[in-house]
Order: sequence, then structure tokens, then C-alpha cells
Amino acid sequence: MKSLAELKAIKEKAQNDLAMRNAHNGTRIVVGMATCGIAAGARPVMNAFMDEIQKRNITHATVAMTGCIGMCRLEPIVEVIDKEGNKVTYVKMDADKAVRVVTEHIVNGNIVTEYTIGAVQE
Amino acid sequence: MLRDISLHILDLAQNSITAGASCIEINLSCDRESKFLTMSIKDNGCGMTAEFLASVEDPFTTSRTTRKVGMGIPFFKLACDQAGGEFSIKSVINEGTELSGSLEIDNIDRLPLGDVGDTTSFLISSAAETRFLIKLASVKGEFEFDTDSVKEEIGDVPITEYEILQWIKDYVNENVQIIFGGVLNEIIS
Repeated sequence: MKSLAELKAIKEKAQNDLAMRNAHNGTRIVVGMATCGIAAGARPVMNAFMDEIQKRNITHATVAMTGCIGMCRLEPIVEVIDKEGNKVTYVKMDADKAVRVVTEHIVNGNIVTEYTIGAVQE
Repeated sequence: MLRDISLHILDLAQNSITAGASCIEINLSCDRESKFLTMSIKDNGCGMTAEFLASVEDPFTTSRTTRKVGMGIPFFKLACDQAGGEFSIKSVINEGTELSGSLEIDNIDRLPLGDVGDTTSFLISSAAETRFLIKLASVKGEFEFDTDSVKEEIGDVPITEYEILQWIKDYVNENVQIIFGGVLNEIIS
């Protein structure tokens, strides 16, 4: 049975983590989570990004959700925005693709071209 | 269509966030006598005008500008209708909106509850300043989750920290199971 008192221990750990992180200057991963995105399966994609970033202890990227990006037929859509503001749009995502985007794009800096809107739209 | 009730909550509560609500209350209750599962979302956001409210169940009504359809409310209304329940929405401009839907628990078309804890942590992560209240009730008891009591415990650590969100998700799901386990057959899909 969980209780609010457990938060004390989590708080201390989180404070240590926070001291090491500089999240606001990093890469932003934005998942479209409006009706269209949710219906297409955006939730497992969001979870995959959050879990993978945590698992790999990545400190320079944050995950957030947003509304409809405007191309409902290509959902789930994920935008990766680097600190200079350059944006890469990945479409028709799933949890496995999300893991690959973290490994190749977020960690190694190589865009996964085959999942981008440019490649899928052809 | 959305696959479970928790996804509808995730979708509809974002309307409350967009409406600028500072407090969003999500209620889930089931009454063994009436055999209905009821979900309601109440916010203190900007509300809707009478004209907009009158047409809000129409899929071609939306406040967004990126496209011309708004499917969130029509989808949830359909899910309630298909499961032998009812949907209603009330709104007062500058005061807030309350929507409520019921689904017959034994109906073959009733959506499963889904991952309510996951929905809770997602909503918190997208609107960290907003106060969220999650209230569960059944014959087995009642449970209330309040983001304010979490914030009190964690002090200056942001509520959007991964470990905190994970804890909230597990905490809510554990209580969903206590309150609804056995009454609803599939609790976590």
C-alpha cells in the first residue's frame, strides 16, 4: 500500500538528479496528443520516450505533449526540436520507433530519415 | 474511436487545460445498484457561450484553427450511448464546465477503464501548475488524490520529475484496483 510519505525519499533523489541536469537548454521531444493522436496510439509512444530517456539517463532532453499538429492522418506525430530551434517531424510513430529515435537521434545525433514526414509523404 | 475510458479522460481534460482552468476534478464512480459507471470532469475554466455549448456535441464544432472538426466530445458521447448510458454537459461562461457520462457496467460495448494512473501523470506533466483532483468511489470505498498534497510533500522539486510522475501513476492505479477491482472485470487493459 503506497502512502504520501514515500514521496519524501523520492524528493531527495530527485533533488540530486535536478542538480545534475540542465533540461531547459536541451532538446525538446513533443508528442501530439489530441483526439487524433490518442486514437492513433500516441500514449505508448509518449511512454516509450519517457522510459527510454530515464533508462539511458539522458539529461539534455525533455518530453512534452501538445495538441493537434494538423496532419491527423499521419498521427502519432512526434517533433524533435534541438536547442537552436531546428525541428524534425516524425510521423506514424510507435513505441519501437520511439526507442530507435532516442538511440539514433537524441543520443547519437543522426536523424532517422525513414520515419520523417518527408520520407513517409513520398 | 478511443479504446478506453482513461484515453477519453486524457483527451477531454485537455479541453479544460485549454480553457485555462486552475482546478480540474475528475470523478469515477460505480454504483452496483444502478449498474452504471459514471465519469465526470469539472473545471473552473473559461466556460462556453450558450451558442457554442448548443453545438458542442456536433463533430463539426471546434475552437481550434488547425482543422475544422472536434471529435473529443462526440466520441465520448457515442461511447456512452453505445453502452446504454447518457452524456451531459453544462457550462457557464467565466465559471467553468462540467461534463458527465455514464456507461452500463454489464453492457458488452462498455469500454474498459484503462490506465487511469497513466492518464493522471500525463495530464499533470502537461499542466504542472493546474490542481488535479481524482476522485474514485464504489461500494468498496472512496479515494481522493490531490496534486496539492503531493506538492506539499515534495516542496521545491517540480511535480513533473519522472520519479514523482511514476509514483503518482502507481499510487492512483493501486487505488483504482482497490476501489473498482472485482466490480469492473477488466481494470487495467
